Amino acid sequence: MRLTVNGEVIEIDADPEMPLLWALRDLAGIMGPKFGCGIAACGACTVHIMGEAVRSCSVAVGDVKSEITTIEGLSKDGTLHPVQQAWLEEQVAQCGYCQAGQIMSAVALLNVVADPTDDDIDNAMGGNLCRCSAYPKIRAAIKRAAAMKAGA
Amino acid sequence: MATLGQITRRTLLAGAALAGGGLAIGYYFYRKAYANPLEEGLAEHEQTFNPYVKIAADNTITVIVPRAEMGQGVTTTLAALVAEELDVGLDSIKVDHGPAAYAYYNSEMLAEGGPFPFFNEGVVAESMRTVMGAAGKLLGLQGTGGSTSTRDGFDRMRQAGAAARHMLLAAAAAKLSVPAGELETANGTVVHKASGRSVTYGEVAADAVRIEAPSAVRLKERSEWRLLGQSQMRTDMRAKVTGAPIFGVDVSLPEMLYGTVRMSPRFWAKPMRDDLSKAQNMPGVVKIVRLDTDSGSGFGVIAKNTWAAFRAAEAIEAEWGDPEYPPDNEAISKALHEALVSNDGTALRNDGDTDKALADAPRDKVVESDYEVPYLAHACMEPMNATARLKDGVLDVWSPNQAPTIVRQVCAKAVGVPQDKVNVHTTYMGGGFGRRAEVDFSVYAALMAKEAEGRPVKVIWTREEDIRHDAYRPAAVGRFQARLDEQGLPVALDMKIASPSPLASIMRRTFPWLSPVGPDKSIAEGSFDQPYTIANYRVTAIPAPVSIPVGFWRSVGNSYNGFFHECFMDEIAVAGGIDPVDLRKRLMTDYPEAVKVVEKVAEMAKWGEALPDGKAKGFAFTLSFGSWVGEIVQVAQTPGGIRIEKMWIAADVGMALDPAILEAQLISGAVFGLSAAIGQEITFADGMVEQSNFHDHDAMRIYQCPQFEVAILENYHKMGGAGEIGTPPAAPALANAVFALTGNRHRRLPLGKDVSFV
Repeated sequence: MRLTVNGEVIEIDADPEMPLLWALRDLAGIMGPKFGCGIAACGACTVHIMGEAVRSCSVAVGDVKSEITTIEGLSKDGTLHPVQQAWLEEQVAQCGYCQAGQIMSAVALLNVVADPTDDDIDNAMGGNLCRCSAYPKIRAAIKRAAAMKAGA
Repeated sequence: MATLGQITRRTLLAGAALAGGGLAIGYYFYRKAYANPLEEGLAEHEQTFNPYVKIAADNTITVIVPRAEMGQGVTTTLAALVAEELDVGLDSIKVDHGPAAYAYYNSEMLAEGGPFPFFNEGVVAESMRTVMGAAGKLLGLQGTGGSTSTRDGFDRMRQAGAAARHMLLAAAAAKLSVPAGELETANGTVVHKASGRSVTYGEVAADAVRIEAPSAVRLKERSEWRLLGQSQMRTDMRAKVTGAPIFGVDVSLPEMLYGTVRMSPRFWAKPMRDDLSKAQNMPGVVKIVRLDTDSGSGFGVIAKNTWAAFRAAEAIEAEWGDPEYPPDNEAISKALHEALVSNDGTALRNDGDTDKALADAPRDKVVESDYEVPYLAHACMEPMNATARLKDGVLDVWSPNQAPTIVRQVCAKAVGVPQDKVNVHTTYMGGGFGRRAEVDFSVYAALMAKEAEGRPVKVIWTREEDIRHDAYRPAAVGRFQARLDEQGLPVALDMKIASPSPLASIMRRTFPWLSPVGPDKSIAEGSFDQPYTIANYRVTAIPAPVSIPVGFWRSVGNSYNGFFHECFMDEIAVAGGIDPVDLRKRLMTDYPEAVKVVEKVAEMAKWGEALPDGKAKGFAFTLSFGSWVGEIVQVAQTPGGIRIEKMWIAADVGMALDPAILEAQLISGAVFGLSAAIGQEITFADGMVEQSNFHDHDAMRIYQCPQFEVAILENYHKMGGAGEIGTPPAAPALANAVFALTGNRHRRLPLGKDVSFV
């Protein structure tokens, strides 16, 4: 089976019913997407398929025909993506486990809405659970990233 | 209160029991320093000065932070303690957890274990702290809990940095042939300004470690600090925004197998009958292993990938034994209430004569209430997991855990290898909150590795297993009575609190060969140890005999005693016609630091100013883990339910080492408390947990999270903790706000059973 992940074509031997999350983690060694619930209830496993935020724990790998981007594919040549840079500057993460998923959801939001309101953020990020409650900083980082992109 | 004689005797017995009879040589070991565990396993050209500092010839400086990084920032703040005295920036060091070792004992974790309020600095309380602190060292208990990391590390880790710097200076002086007094240090370099010559730490490290460590070093005055006291960039932030593989679930090893567990859904019960054939024949399954441990019994599935293991675990057919505890919520509640009226308790506070003061109280001057809170799961974002390999008689365990020396001890015993053949590799943790102080997930992985012919096995629990096999925050009930005087102030307060004992529960599953010791103060912590002066004031802790596993849930007993004590205080204020903030200030006059906290948070929230219709505020205060915390919540009635709009927090932590991390911890702790208060509970039917995943045990989401304003004070003369202190006042502040909004007093949690929230 072939997958295109972060611009690279990879070959894996997976049962097509296997959730994309486990194909990425156990078969392709891509560890950015995290396992949190297995039922699309926490968002820790969020990746992009064709630029759209998707819970990889609840998508069968056999159904994925389009290009996948994980957190590993955001930064290029060691330069952080503006959203990651904003996350760093706001010092968002505590335990950090949900953050790859949070960042992928935020990137997808900002790709569609350049200057999101609080309501836009609530709607786009409500599926991403954070037990440390970095929420105030997540909100601030999304706004900072939007400002950075506008200024770029 | 207990006398010194009773306390020391009980404590010494506790020490003897925990040490397994090693007390006879205790004093000697207490005086003797533990060996530096870094001596083994140094890389080429790498030197170690003490258990906290390694420096390589290329000037790579590694600081060991031997505490669990579960989000609370220890890899930044503890590293800063060493870096401050070593004169290096946090951006120029590597931070490593290091091995499991007695040298990394935590003496603070036991020091506050006695039945004394934090503010009691009398001879008895201080003697207890000294004895218990010594016991922590004696036991070599390496652990992260009780919000102790910075308090425990504050002197020791600064001394480690200062001692290394002293040795580096002496070596540099010899190399440059100048007096050490003419040398300065900065950024990992020793500079001789007069001659313009310099050497890096790395260049003199090999000479420096041969110099005897100083017996005493001068530590910097606070005014000289460059790092401490200021917010630092977290040392783990870049890894966490790039999705780096730093967590337990990310461990990858050659030849690695994958696995999961399917444990008995009834605690302590064993499979009575099982059929593994269907599971065994599923694709990708390597082996199914029977697990029979002090933590639980069931099956481990070893497979070629995690998903195959999950599917096979689901396909295991088994009938499980009966529960030994009350099987459902009704029966549990009944058992707790029976304990409440028994005479089994210990009065942890007993000022004046409460019985007498209540006996002749006129009915209209008495306030009485019953309260109840449920079991709670930790629900860390990273489900329980560990990776283990048993090869050539050596057991390696990669475990996101809060207690490495206990993990080492228990895994060695379970697998049957000596402790010195066990290496515990502690990873970063996707949340901990006390759950990862347990050993179950490490032991299961170790036992499964025993069956894997030398190959490593990464064992990840499903979320369902994680929710259903926790060491829960205990359910608790309370019965409270107060007598008010003519002015409406309480002259008597009687609090009886019944709950299963976390200490007894932990002893049973972790050290079953020892018997539990003394009363468990955690049952009433947050109620018996608060800075209020009331003439007749009694708080009784009653252990309830319900054996569902319970443990340390962020702020432990304070998590529900905060709710009990502070909601009842609010009831007293209302009954006496006194403003709740004013009541606190009047009862706290003996503790000026507490009054300052109350005044600060009231000022921030503009307490007392009129609010628009449909909005209200609630107040609560809890002293826990040595920090004094006041919180005010503002709620608003909206068409979709009650919205938690804003929260103000003032906390006196004595000394703030990193204000930004402290603020993040206060908010994190508060939301942890709010999440539980609005919607979380673990309930039971037929001896089994009814909840299973985030759809029925959720936590606050971004759209529910209030805005925060935080103030950090440093008035008290002792440093307090940070990681748990935001949690205890959150639920009562919210419940009191809901009362102010609706006029309905809610005395059980979660509030969401009776109130609808946005």
